[in-house]
Amino acid sequence: MTGEAKLPLWEVFIRARNGLAHKHVGSLHAADAKMALQAARDVYTRRGEGLSIWLVPSTAIVASDPDEKGMLFEPAESKIYRHPTFYEVPDEVGHM
Amino acid sequence: MKSGTCEVAMTATAADDMPLVQFTLRLADNALVLGHRLSEWCGHAPTLEEDIGLANIALDLIGQARALYTYAGTAEGRGRDEDKLAYLRDAPQYRNILLVEQPNGDFAATIVRQLLFAAFMAPFWRALSASKDATLAAIAAKAEKETAYHLRHAGEWLIRLGDGTEESHRRAQAALDEFWPYSGELFETDQVERALIKTGIVVDPATLKAEWDRTLDDILAEATLTRPAAGWMQTGGRSGRHSEHLGYILAELQFLQRAYPGASW
Repeated sequence: MTGEAKLPLWEVFIRARNGLAHKHVGSLHAADAKMALQAARDVYTRRGEGLSIWLVPSTAIVASDPDEKGMLFEPAESKIYRHPTFYEVPDEVGHM
Repeated sequence: MKSGTCEVAMTATAADDMPLVQFTLRLADNALVLGHRLSEWCGHAPTLEEDIGLANIALDLIGQARALYTYAGTAEGRGRDEDKLAYLRDAPQYRNILLVEQPNGDFAATIVRQLLFAAFMAPFWRALSASKDATLAAIAAKAEKETAYHLRHAGEWLIRLGDGTEESHRRAQAALDEFWPYSGELFETDQVERALIKTGIVVDPATLKAEWDRTLDDILAEATLTRPAAGWMQTGGRSGRHSEHLGYILAELQFLQRAYPGASW
């Protein structure tokens, strides 16, 4: 097998329970969507990890450039007021 | 050695008197031997994904075998548990069909062998889940879901191998031609089954032939493979007449218990 040319890469997302979001769990190689779904089931749900699988061709993922992480993410670090940590929650409210 | 031979002879007689035990052992032996064959791929499959996929199927089958052996042992009432039945019977006492003991060959051969078997077992378990025997019905209900996936897995692979490259097509067709004569044993019945069919415990495999044919024909058409002509069929495994391959499987499978009787974790 000459690898990726014949077997494209897929990203696997599993939803563990109702009400949760699908979560990225890893990737795999498969010839097409159907085979990718089988492989995802075989590789990533063996221990009862999920109730639903999403697959995305890795080439369809648009990713941010690691070199731009300063520009993209650092400005958020100094905006502590965006976290809802400055409110006094009255005791009567109980668990939120 | 002498007492071993004696036990073997007695066992064969006991089982012959008990159709339910005999029938359950046949199912269990099919599952164990095929599960063992698939386990031989562990670490050797063409891709990591498939390595895990085949091991999953092997574990499904070995799980089915365990439940069936346990039930056969209980029904027999001679104190044999799953381990005794799996590890302490020799090849002539094994009752699996010849198909499941055939060597893995190349990947196409493994897939074809699995497809021929799963295309039968999927409707078989579905029907057996309505058995008048509550234990068999429960085992069948669990196995039905597992086997539905085995069928899908093998079917999708065969479609891609048959309709793939020139080489994969050639290998898939060769495997189909080689294993086809072993498919007849899936549909055999003898006095063991007939006694149980009459009482509603077992389904008559002849009633599953049309569905098996349809499943195979659909997959083979999509795979651009040619269904081998009906012809002479292999037989013998169900009554203990095996190919030479089973002896080698058991030599590996049973080595530990034979060399160190009673050894446990």
